[in-house]
Amino acid sequence: MSDFLSAIVANAPDGLALLFGGVFGLLLLASAVVSVITWRAADPDAATLVNLRDRVNAWWVMIGVLAIVFFLGRTATIVFFAVCSFMALREFLTLSDTRRGDHWSLIALFLLALPIQYLLIGADFYGIYSIFIPVYCFLLLPVFSALRGDTTRFFERVAKVQWALMICVFCLSHVPALLNLTIPGYEGREILLIVFLLLVVQSSDVLQYVWGKLLGSRPVAPALSPSKTWEGFIGGVASASLVGAALFWMTPFSPLAAGTIAILITLAGFLGGLVMSAIKRDTGVKDWGHSIRGHGGILDRLDSVVFAAPIFFHVTRYFYSLT
Amino acid sequence: MGAPSSNGSAARSLGAVLTRAGISLLAHIVTGARAVYHDGHEIADLPGPDRPRIYFANHRSHGDFVLLWSVLPAALRRRTRPVAGADYWQGSGLRRFIGNDVFNAVLIERDAAERVADPVTQMADAVAEGASLILFPEGTRNTGPEKLMPFRTGLFHLADTLARRNLEADFIPVWIDNLNRVMPKGEAVPVPLLCKVHFGAAIPLAENETKDTYLTRTREALLALSSEDRGTDG
Repeated sequence: MSDFLSAIVANAPDGLALLFGGVFGLLLLASAVVSVITWRAADPDAATLVNLRDRVNAWWVMIGVLAIVFFLGRTATIVFFAVCSFMALREFLTLSDTRRGDHWSLIALFLLALPIQYLLIGADFYGIYSIFIPVYCFLLLPVFSALRGDTTRFFERVAKVQWALMICVFCLSHVPALLNLTIPGYEGREILLIVFLLLVVQSSDVLQYVWGKLLGSRPVAPALSPSKTWEGFIGGVASASLVGAALFWMTPFSPLAAGTIAILITLAGFLGGLVMSAIKRDTGVKDWGHSIRGHGGILDRLDSVVFAAPIFFHVTRYFYSLT
Repeated sequence: MGAPSSNGSAARSLGAVLTRAGISLLAHIVTGARAVYHDGHEIADLPGPDRPRIYFANHRSHGDFVLLWSVLPAALRRRTRPVAGADYWQGSGLRRFIGNDVFNAVLIERDAAERVADPVTQMADAVAEGASLILFPEGTRNTGPEKLMPFRTGLFHLADTLARRNLEADFIPVWIDNLNRVMPKGEAVPVPLLCKVHFGAAIPLAENETKDTYLTRTREALLALSSEDRGTDG
């Protein structure tokens, strides 16, 4: 058993253990800070504090699961993100007003589109997985619904199903697709690109929350989200980009390039958060679901990753990858 | 369920345990099954945790009782028996296995002409043995546009009979949300969508309460739980 464990750790790229050590250190710090705040608070059971504790506790679980998955390697990582896509799709479609006539389109999303996309990524067929959903699924899916003959709100229903598939499966699948990049001198360390992406995007989310709570007063889009403020946005993007630049050693990028790419993906992440909030407001809910205590659904945690992942993938591929 | 007397019945009860676990796992994967308690307590903390409960729920899908059963805490789940139509669940061997061994259903004869036992007496006898029941007071699956059909009289007769026999039980309204989209009428394959199961506070039968007022009261309590339901078509 311990041989098995040490073999896994030995196979993991340099830096992975150090990174997770650092992240767990940050979590310890966060838990300590939250304990002090709770201890000094007039009302330790105030809703904001309960939510803050739930959020930090959920981070322990999420980081713990990610650590296991990343140390296990490529297959575990692809399966993990396929499961995330499944949960995201389930949340997204719950809030889409589909009709009985869409039943077979919906089943096709879960039983065909999702597994095929991740199998193609596992098989490293870039030429197919980059067009399978935007071309073939885009054209074929509405056929399932059209054949059922129900034309009520047809255009709207078909559009929502397409959005669900693009956001929850296509975009999200670009996170594990990073493992397929071939970057000279970086072989065997591709998983660190995923860690870089998630660290930068999620720290941007957390830092926007922190900056917003500390100084936020001017909302960016009050109709969408009162908690997204200009102060939080600028502070969060700036500090998360510095985090990205500081992490250049784990990437194939120079410090300047790492910082620039970090700005790009934090911006994409922020805008993704706005768009996903607009969809939530449109359907009249506050959270996408209830799978992560304190955070809401899995899409509440992944909304910014979903927008950042394809951009990060293509920028890195265009400038750095041979394939 | 006593000790298995032979290898055949041992295999059968092992099969039932595995099937129960499999069905519960599948229900959670497909629906992310989540219980919501409207009076702010966990269901296990409701008054009298050891008292039998009659969960009465809306009925739009074949999966309704499975979902309700799946979200109950394990200790409550073990004593909870669905009330179901004997004509269906005595059909094939597989249905008999699921109805009897897996869910230990209280099977009632829906066709009055075929009856050898009175359904209300059967249910009350089960409660007397300590069981909780899942029942659908609309009497049959709602496939129409109405949110909730009028209740048949069974719910009242059960409450009345339990009161006469001095058997205590809590009548708890349960609204099952969204499952009709997971498996619409006529579809065999479920599509994964999130479902919530809303539990309300118990509605006891008042002394000398008439049939009509009790049925109205229980039906309104069930509808009140559905107010969070987003209301979807088809």
